[in-house]
Amino acid sequence: MFSEFSPLEDKMFQVMDNEGNIVRPEYMPEVDGQRLVKAYKDMLFARTADLMAVSYQRQGRMYTYPPNYGQEAIAGAMAIVMRENDWLVPAFRELGAWLAKGASLKEIFLYFMGYEEGTVFRNAKNILPISVPIASQYQHAAGLGYSIKYKKEDSVVYAVVGDGGTSEGDFSEAINFAAVWEAPVVFLVQNNQYAISVPFRMQTRSVNIAVKAYAFGIPGLKVDGNDIFAMVKALQVAQEHARSGKGPVLIEAVTYRRGSHTTSDDPTKYRTKEEEDAMAKTDPLDRFRKYLVNQNLYDPSQEEELIAQYKKEVDRQFTEAENYPPYPLEDVFKYTYVELPDDLRQQQIEHEKFLKWKEALK
Amino acid sequence: MEGGLEMKVMTMVSAINNALDIKLAEDPMIVAYGEDVGVEGGVFRVTEGLQKKYGAHRVFDSPLAESAIVGTAVGMAANGLRPVVEMQFCGFVYPAYNQIISHVARFYNRSRGRYRMPIVIRFPYGGGINALEHHSESMETIYGHIPGIKVVIPSTPYDAKGMLISAIESDDPIIFMEPKRIYRAIKQEVPEDKFSIPLGKAKVLQQGSDLTLIAWGAMVREAQKAIVMAKKDGISVELIDLRTIYPIDRQTIIESVKKTGRVVIVHEEPLTFGTGAELTAIINEDAFLHLEAPVNRVGGFDTIVPLPRGEHHYIISPEKIYYNILKTMKF
Repeated sequence: MFSEFSPLEDKMFQVMDNEGNIVRPEYMPEVDGQRLVKAYKDMLFARTADLMAVSYQRQGRMYTYPPNYGQEAIAGAMAIVMRENDWLVPAFRELGAWLAKGASLKEIFLYFMGYEEGTVFRNAKNILPISVPIASQYQHAAGLGYSIKYKKEDSVVYAVVGDGGTSEGDFSEAINFAAVWEAPVVFLVQNNQYAISVPFRMQTRSVNIAVKAYAFGIPGLKVDGNDIFAMVKALQVAQEHARSGKGPVLIEAVTYRRGSHTTSDDPTKYRTKEEEDAMAKTDPLDRFRKYLVNQNLYDPSQEEELIAQYKKEVDRQFTEAENYPPYPLEDVFKYTYVELPDDLRQQQIEHEKFLKWKEALK
Repeated sequence: MEGGLEMKVMTMVSAINNALDIKLAEDPMIVAYGEDVGVEGGVFRVTEGLQKKYGAHRVFDSPLAESAIVGTAVGMAANGLRPVVEMQFCGFVYPAYNQIISHVARFYNRSRGRYRMPIVIRFPYGGGINALEHHSESMETIYGHIPGIKVVIPSTPYDAKGMLISAIESDDPIIFMEPKRIYRAIKQEVPEDKFSIPLGKAKVLQQGSDLTLIAWGAMVREAQKAIVMAKKDGISVELIDLRTIYPIDRQTIIESVKKTGRVVIVHEEPLTFGTGAELTAIINEDAFLHLEAPVNRVGGFDTIVPLPRGEHHYIISPEKIYYNILKTMKF
């Protein structure tokens, strides 16, 4: 597959077209119908939550939030392929993947409301916290990969970065280390075409991102990231490769960020309506739905009801997050070191004295 | 704290090697890696023989990228390993600074205690060995200033062994700075068995009543020479080896200053915003009324460390310390 869809020739691996037709049936992954419907519903839930998150932010009920609108198939595919013991090393735009790993929406809301607690993902196994410095998390994935080999575990690491992150030194260093170590890592790039306002063509002169794999001596594959089937197949092949001891794989998932980078920027400043309309035709949920409807796996008339039900659930979890207790002063200090050093304890005591004094003024 | 009675003459290099050897033998989750760490045993031979003894999966050469050496250690630590990584020289740590400050120091906090970072980042630092550019600086302040990590600097083979064992056993990340000027210059009897020295504790190397002299790393030996000079003038100097830059042992310093009332601080790193400034602030806070003279900081110039032909201008000599002891006594 890697040679058939050579990134050197800028070929893109696709199984399903924009109309939901299977164009490469020989690469259709084997996933049963019920699981596919679940995947679709999970993606629909993630989209509903994502759009609501943006509106909560607009209402001033949440801080800066990075929308996932338009990129849901990548996480949808990860949810199908990732096993419980596999590691997820996220950046910060991984709503669907977090949920798939076992994080709750409430936690994710808590994070973007300003609580570290929201990125602990206590009930999710083998997941690292949200990583904000671009591409720096790729290094952690390479290290996890080494540790898996060292401990003779059977896990695979899924590391996520955006197209902008591929320009960072950490991106190249991490893939190089993992390649030399033959570490079981799937390096996944969500190429959503923009690094905030900078378009992909200003990010690199490389014909695509997947081709960079050749420089590290590992396989690379450019995949239609809005095609759930292509993504599932690509991740399955990558996982198998990584687990068999052959080392890492680089997967470029070509997608389109239909929303803003975060709630703090305005995409109309750096892209046209025409472009947005054209890219809307590749929308991952629309394509997936068309396929499921054609296969009689899904009745589209239930969608409105589903969304209404999801909205209720999202709101329930958001309300729970909003009712989270206030942030105690103690929590500022107690996670800096395993044991609080004396001078830090003293800083806390001094601040408490000040607070007492302030309280007495009232 | 002391180990068995079997003593062996060690340099700082062999003491660090011995500490790594003991810990590698004891804990299979420890791995040690960095540039040239494996086959060659490091450019200073600190890790010599360890790959042969423990295998190339535990002691190994990594590709050449400091950010990745430290960044991969974060991932390893998240999955239960205890990496001890080497940066080849102090001046080459900067590409890894993002990983140190953004992840090594914060993962425990970010994950609310879910992921501990038992990582030791060790590297040689300091001047006085006629080295190329980037090989001579002392930058402990830029690490001491980062919340979430501890910074350790030994001044003797004995302390290097005991403190490195503590560092490796610590569940907090440790920056372990090795004064390479005295890597082989000091030979000392060190117990062969395992022993550890708690981090965050300074050591009073010599009792005195007139003036407190605070130093660390390679400056301790220079301070000791200055004390011999001062003794001829009848000045009784108390010498404190700080040993840990963060967390600072306030108590030992304050007790001494309350006794002597006069302080000289010596450090190789640039004077401005240096560790000496922090120590001065601490002394002001807790021993202000005991001071007979302003705290005197003897630091490196706020310049780039000159190349070897000019380095003698920069390096702090025992005479310069002695000169400052006299200055503070005469105030």
